[in-house]
Amino acid sequence: MTDATANGTTPASPDEVSKRVHASLKRRYAAEKRFQLYGVVAIGLALTFLFILFYDIISKGYSAFWQSHVTIEVEIDPGEVDPQGDRSLDSLRDGSYRGITRDAFTALFPTVEGRSERRHLLELMSGSADGVVRQRVLEDPSLVGQTIPVEVKLNDDADIYVKDKTVEVETAARVNGIASPTGTSGEIQILSTANDFGAILTAVKEMLAERAEDLRDDIEGDRARIERFESQLQSVEDEEVRSDLESSIASYEYDIEEAQKQIEDLQRRIDQPDVAEALNEGMPSYLVRINGGVVKITSVDNSRATGEVYLPLESVNDAPADSWEILTLPVAESDRRLSDKQVMWLWDLENRGLISLPFNTTLFTAGDSREPEQAGIWGAVVGSFYVLVVTLLLSFPIGVMTAVYLEEFAPKNKWTDLIEVNINNLAAVPSIVFGLLGLAMFLNFFGFPRSAPLVGGMVLTLMTLPTIIIAGRAALKAVPPSIREAALGMGASRIQAMTHHVLPLAMPGMLTGTIIGMAQALGETAPLLMIGMVAFIVDIPGGFTDPATVLPVQIYIWADSPERAFVERTSAAIMVLLAFLITMNLTAVLLRKKFEKRW
Amino acid sequence: MTLAFAVALIVLIGFAYYLGQSRALKARDGRGARLHSLPSYYGMYAALWCAIPAAALLAVWSAFQGTIVEQMILADITEELSGLDQSRIGLVMNDIRNLATGGITSSDPSPAIQEAAARYSNLMVTAKAAMFVIALALGSGGLLLAFRRISPDLRARNRVERIIMTVLMLSSTIAILVTLGIVLSLVFEASRFFAQIPITEFLFGLQWSPQIAIRADQVGSSGAFGAIPVFAGTMLISFIAMCVAAPIGLFSAIYMAEYANRKVRGVLKPVLEILAGIPTVVYGFFAALTVAPTLRDLGDSIGLDVASESALAAGAVMGIMIIPFVSSLSDDVISAVPSAMREGSYGLGATKSETIRKVVLPAALPGIVGALLLAVSRAIGETMIVVMAAGLSANLTANPFEAVTTVTVQIVTLLTGDQEFDSPKTLAAFALGLLLFVVTLILNVIALRVVRKYREQYD
Repeated sequence: MTDATANGTTPASPDEVSKRVHASLKRRYAAEKRFQLYGVVAIGLALTFLFILFYDIISKGYSAFWQSHVTIEVEIDPGEVDPQGDRSLDSLRDGSYRGITRDAFTALFPTVEGRSERRHLLELMSGSADGVVRQRVLEDPSLVGQTIPVEVKLNDDADIYVKDKTVEVETAARVNGIASPTGTSGEIQILSTANDFGAILTAVKEMLAERAEDLRDDIEGDRARIERFESQLQSVEDEEVRSDLESSIASYEYDIEEAQKQIEDLQRRIDQPDVAEALNEGMPSYLVRINGGVVKITSVDNSRATGEVYLPLESVNDAPADSWEILTLPVAESDRRLSDKQVMWLWDLENRGLISLPFNTTLFTAGDSREPEQAGIWGAVVGSFYVLVVTLLLSFPIGVMTAVYLEEFAPKNKWTDLIEVNINNLAAVPSIVFGLLGLAMFLNFFGFPRSAPLVGGMVLTLMTLPTIIIAGRAALKAVPPSIREAALGMGASRIQAMTHHVLPLAMPGMLTGTIIGMAQALGETAPLLMIGMVAFIVDIPGGFTDPATVLPVQIYIWADSPERAFVERTSAAIMVLLAFLITMNLTAVLLRKKFEKRW
Repeated sequence: MTLAFAVALIVLIGFAYYLGQSRALKARDGRGARLHSLPSYYGMYAALWCAIPAAALLAVWSAFQGTIVEQMILADITEELSGLDQSRIGLVMNDIRNLATGGITSSDPSPAIQEAAARYSNLMVTAKAAMFVIALALGSGGLLLAFRRISPDLRARNRVERIIMTVLMLSSTIAILVTLGIVLSLVFEASRFFAQIPITEFLFGLQWSPQIAIRADQVGSSGAFGAIPVFAGTMLISFIAMCVAAPIGLFSAIYMAEYANRKVRGVLKPVLEILAGIPTVVYGFFAALTVAPTLRDLGDSIGLDVASESALAAGAVMGIMIIPFVSSLSDDVISAVPSAMREGSYGLGATKSETIRKVVLPAALPGIVGALLLAVSRAIGETMIVVMAAGLSANLTANPFEAVTTVTVQIVTLLTGDQEFDSPKTLAAFALGLLLFVVTLILNVIALRVVRKYREQYD
């Protein structure tokens, strides 16, 4: 608008100015819209992150609240479980339950033979199963000698399978022909009157082609490396380096040769599309369900499949097209924790209706364990409780007293200034520094026990104090001076005015601050790692000096564990922690709403 | 025993209260005199005289009991310990302690050690009992003293209030004590570290590999303690975090302060605050198990080599965590800009966004800078996200797709697990901690000063 005058040229006429302003309006309104949009996008992004975070954790963790069990028929053999033969609890407690439980589990698949196969099957059962049987017998000794159904846990990998997370058993293409197996167990062949296995054969050949392509890529890479080495060889004088380079060139040349041989072999197989091919572990698995049994295909051509029987067939009768099917496990056997056989056993158990999926009580009643299906958060919850009790008992009185002193009684001088600066700074000190303080002071100097909730609570007290003090001062500030003056006017001492009138009015605000501080303390991890609360502790802590861990640290420990099943349990523990935090914060909000007074 | 003692002490204190009060009342009735204070103050007076000596004794005694008993034990078995260095003696003491409490010992204990363990547990029990008895005796003594002093003329209220005031003042000095404790413990341990590793090497060295081999002739037997790569990693991750948090936080703050109406604001603000209330370990889990693999796959699909513990994943998630921190602080600052300034701008014909960009933001700039500095200090000190999602090896790189390590990660890895308190490896953690403390302190002080100074301008 002021351009014209600023340039020193003749002033524009009002008409011209108005025209120019109108011309720029569109641009300016667009900029306005854009600017507002940035704000909306920013908030949208933040909310999206929040949503993704919650969605991620809930979708990973909700399944941990269920645990798959299998029902087995256990024969309580008196000879095993009752070594003294008198049915006394002592004797039953000493009994061996492992054998009978394992026998009961293997009895689910009578055709399983041999030690290694038996062990393979038993991998599916949780190690806690015999404990369950023992518990049942100890509760009711009259069961000895009977055969009872017991629900025992599946192990973690099987559990994940049952909850449908890793391995999918899919029906492959439709079958058209009549299939006839050559046997009911062992190595058999299945012949189909149509080209039902052709699809598998094509898939296998495609995989061979892919493999050949990969090998060609490898050769390219190796050649490039050889070239590089050779050019280095030109310039290097040192004898040792030269021999190093030469030997690596030789080894790459050997690799290339090997790869070329493989490619030739693969190419030959690819070029003959109808010749039978063997399947290996790196490929998806194909199985044939026929006559009540399952056969794992090991080699296939268009109309005939050779395979190993996993679940025995009832007969060698011909099966018409609608009574048999080809199953496929798209994930290659080498890429998953369960073998084809184990998957088929579980699949069969599911079909027989022996697998149930009740609520996972262990998660809420047990301490930590190396076995995911036996691990629970109760130990950590109890530990968190003890830590919070210590924190509350220390930080609330100290925080309230400090707030009262600073707000009501402290003279304005250098000393109180120093205290205030200190409190503000402590609020922003990284939490791990408090852990270092705890380690150097409480553990090394005063000799308090490691891993104890007592020390954890003391460290967290130092962290939450600033929060409580700042909230407490705000609450005291909100009480109008007229209250104090009225009390003083009635002859109360300053302390009486404070304890009888001001403090009760400020209490809701202080409690709100305390709850928020406790919620912070409940979610804190780093300083507790420093004082050894990160140890693997199976027992439920029974006191303030017992070794313990807390919920966030438990989450940290589980997140670090390699077992897949711990991922869902970690997420479940996070959900529990968040539930506690949300409850605490909601209480704080409600408390504030209910007691907040506007003067 | 502890429970019985606690009950006994509480009963004693309650008894003191009752005794003090009833003596005051009796004195009044007997002589017909007027009491100086309310009767309850005499009770409190007696109770405090009973409780304070007992509590003081308990605090002092339990703080030093362990050390003194251990010194006594070690003095007993000097011939057993001759020729052992400090850490060995610590191990022996550990064995004795474990034997006494029925724990597991590191090696088969010799008879002398077993004897010492028996003596140790004996001494501990005796010491505890002695502590309880003396505490109760002191309490009773205090009670007796107070009881004899109580008369209608005693200014009980004033005395009680003076004690209360002292307690209030003492509790307010705890903040100073904590700061002092942090500084002292960090400086003390760090100075032991700098006695072994020169401070210049620590501050300017480019190599960080604190692993020290057990045998001197092993490969890499001397650890390298140059903190530059560790600090560079911290800076890289904090920078990435700020790249996420600063724009999103700022724009959210501007929108909420200037555009959103009360209702929307009332909903959005607490929802954003949820992000701040989520424990950091949850963010760490999210970063390590969801964000990092996703980024790696994304990188793979466009031909980028992203490490599975990339700085990007940890930094981005940390940025998400800091968003509400930036937004609520800047929101306060922006709202504090007086509306007269805005109205002046509107009066000149500026649109809302022009007003914000040309008037409000420049006016709020110091406060916003302060908020960002506080956020940076938060990012530098953040631990769990980086422990779970960042790497362990110190790379000196500015590539966000590579794995770097941070100060806090190193502190945690050096101090979890077994520790020996005389090896530079463990002490290095305290040196890093000192560095961290100093840097964040400087940032905080500057930020707080800037924010406060700015606020005063418009108040």
